[in-house]
Amino acid sequence: MAFLRLFWVQLTSMRTALLLLLTLALVAIPGSLLPQRPVAPIRVNDWKLANPAVADLYEALGLFDVYGSPWFAAVYLLLTVSLIGCIVPRIQVYAKALRQPPPRTPKRLDRLPASMSGTTDRSAEEALTAAEGVLKQKKFRVRREGDAVAAERGYLREFGNILFHLSFALMLVGVAWNTLWSYKGEVIVVEGQAFSNNLTQYDDFSAGSAFKPANLQPFTIWVDTFTAKFETGEVQRGAARVFEADVRIAHADGASENARIEVNHPLVVDGTQVHLIGHGYAPVVTVTDPNGDVAYQGPVVFLPQDGNFTSLGVIKAPDARPNYLGFEGFFLPTAVVNEQGPHSVFPDALAPELFVNVWTGAPREETGRPESVYSLTKDGLEQMRTADGKVVTFRIAPGQAIDLPDGSSLSFDDWRRWTKLQVSNEPGLWLVIGSVLLAVLGMMMSLYIRPRRLWLRVTETPEGARVETGGLDRAESSVGLADDVAELAASAGLVGVEQTQEVAP
Amino acid sequence: MTGAYSSLPMVTSAVIYLLAMMAHAVEWASARQPLADRERVLVGAGGPDLVASEGEHRVALFGRIGVALTVVGALSHLVGVVLRGVAADRLPWGNMYEFITSSLAFAAVFYLVLVWRRGWSWLGLPVTLLLSVGQGLAVTVFYVAIAPLVPALHSVWFIIHIVAAAIAGAAFNVGAIAAILYLIRDRAERRGQVGGYLARLPKAAALDDFSFRVHRFAFPLWTFTILAGAVWADYAWGRFWGWDPKETWSLVTWVVYAAYLHARVTAGWKGTRAAWLAVLGLVTFWFNFIGVNLLTVGLHSYAGI
Ligand code: HEM
Repeated sequence: MAFLRLFWVQLTSMRTALLLLLTLALVAIPGSLLPQRPVAPIRVNDWKLANPAVADLYEALGLFDVYGSPWFAAVYLLLTVSLIGCIVPRIQVYAKALRQPPPRTPKRLDRLPASMSGTTDRSAEEALTAAEGVLKQKKFRVRREGDAVAAERGYLREFGNILFHLSFALMLVGVAWNTLWSYKGEVIVVEGQAFSNNLTQYDDFSAGSAFKPANLQPFTIWVDTFTAKFETGEVQRGAARVFEADVRIAHADGASENARIEVNHPLVVDGTQVHLIGHGYAPVVTVTDPNGDVAYQGPVVFLPQDGNFTSLGVIKAPDARPNYLGFEGFFLPTAVVNEQGPHSVFPDALAPELFVNVWTGAPREETGRPESVYSLTKDGLEQMRTADGKVVTFRIAPGQAIDLPDGSSLSFDDWRRWTKLQVSNEPGLWLVIGSVLLAVLGMMMSLYIRPRRLWLRVTETPEGARVETGGLDRAESSVGLADDVAELAASAGLVGVEQTQEVAP
Repeated sequence: MTGAYSSLPMVTSAVIYLLAMMAHAVEWASARQPLADRERVLVGAGGPDLVASEGEHRVALFGRIGVALTVVGALSHLVGVVLRGVAADRLPWGNMYEFITSSLAFAAVFYLVLVWRRGWSWLGLPVTLLLSVGQGLAVTVFYVAIAPLVPALHSVWFIIHIVAAAIAGAAFNVGAIAAILYLIRDRAERRGQVGGYLARLPKAAALDDFSFRVHRFAFPLWTFTILAGAVWADYAWGRFWGWDPKETWSLVTWVVYAAYLHARVTAGWKGTRAAWLAVLGLVTFWFNFIGVNLLTVGLHSYAGI
């Protein structure tokens, strides 16, 4: 018991708060220097391959997911407990202080950091009443005690301090709530196609543990056009300048509307945010099999591999007969071939071309197993060859078609852009932002409001009334304390100044 | 080509700050001259008053030259920042170079206001050191030619975020300078060796108080910087916080300054240790703007160097 008590006293001490804060700063650092799995899983694997000596140790320590690790949680939970343990007793003390009048006038006012004394030509009663009036006017809380007045102001400072710490705790609650209920999904939509907010449509989806699929707002978004513009000048050539998607939205209730999504201007549909987070190219192709039947027609999403949108993709025509046909290759928006091989030199489609290999083999059985649309499973396939045994590879531009040795053909009809949409819902965000704003308000109150105590005593002596005043700042930074004291003295009609002192900060 | 109109005043300001720093260094050195030396000169020259006042005169003269040069440097600096914005046809806060030059401009103005209103030219040497090194690095290492902003930066929140960060940054720099001067002066006071330049500084307690006030101004602003950044990130990327290295380090900075504020009311930590925390806070602040851009990969690296 005694031990627990000691622990609690230690935990809620200011020194511990300080050390916990510094520890929090320290433990947050590794996560900024090492790749983190929730953000960049691939970079984590690369890093581990590159540093095999320490990879396992770091993994065991949770260094690849610092902000989700138990020790990080331990630090901020301890800090939160310490904070609450610290602030609750202060609330009680504060509540009491609010109900109490300003503290009694000390015997020796000349020992205070600022003080003044002298004679007055007024009567004691007059002087005290005048001083009281001035103090009240300056929003001091005043207490009259016979021959003296005691005054205090700045009660809101402690209020601000408590507000700040409580709001900080509230913010942590908001963050936790948000993490539990929020969801985030990503989906690629080609111009002219649509997306319905439904779990099966997402390429990638993550949600908090309290999320249920029924929480998804049922709406549909058609992407009519996606516009991208890039810097063509010398400086920052190729840097992104404009991204916008013009879309049509169909709401759950049947209403529909047009809208535009831009970077920084997400669309909010029925409380759900839709962001533009990426884009790329989708060549539109037609695959005709040797029988003359169209085996595939439409846009195919190619994934960008570099800043100039050298894009990798596969075109699959599983229905081609007599043989399965698959194409693997690159879409280059501004194609150049040099010693590095074919690659793109500009992100916009100035001179688009497709570079492809052809794979063929016996038709596959429908297994119903999902297969990635971005890679070709090559079991049972081989590269198509010409009559003299050379591997077939070719490059074509939009509008061109190529006839293949087996009698099939690939036509590169056109290209479109696709855009990657991120759909997210953060139900606790208002609480997080609201509590941060309250915290800032509380912090400003606690940093800028200066609690101050002033006293004035008048004693009748045979030579007339003597005035003594003094003041004390409860926080550091005693700007204007001496001025306040002088003003108070003047209000009591102080004339012959005998003593004055001002202790510099 | 218009870019040149803004780089010229920037480079000029770096050179003038350097000259100002040299003037303050002479001021410093003159004040530092040991008493014994002065006395020897004194005897040689015949009259005590004459030489003593000559020494004082030299100190004051170079101090004034330093401040005057800083004023010229700051004017040139401000012209550079404004022209940069005019030439780019947008607010000049799109990359590291622009951020550093703007933040230093705020620091220069802040310092000159202190000199003007309070006569605090004792800040001259460290501040001109900061300005000349900062501007020097900005125009050499961090310089980039003018270019429009990438779409992710087209946002009011971005502007609010950057302006708040630049002002808070300027204040953190000045606050840390005061904290360092406090540490030096406090040590000298405790050893009873307050001489030379140190004697011209305010008392340790006053330095500490000034440092606190600057931080008290900067801390809520920095809190607000982070908040505005989070709101902007939510608009741009659909998440308000993602533990991006830049976000993480701005939080680290924030937490260190929160520790500083707590240290000031904790027995055994107020004074010296609190001042060290202010210095540590500034180190994390600078690391965020230089180290993070150079060492880590994150969403913020678009700002380039
Ligand atoms: C989550 C962590 C915390 C943060 C971010 C934080 C932040 C702050 C800030 C910014 C101030 C400055 C306001 C002022 O000077 O009045 C402050 C003051 C204060 N904090 Fe905290 N704090 C935290 C945790 C704690 C804890 C755990 C305690 C309990 C030991 C505590 C006790 C105090 C007290 C007593 C003050 C007022 C100091 C004074 O009287 O001037 N804080 N805090």
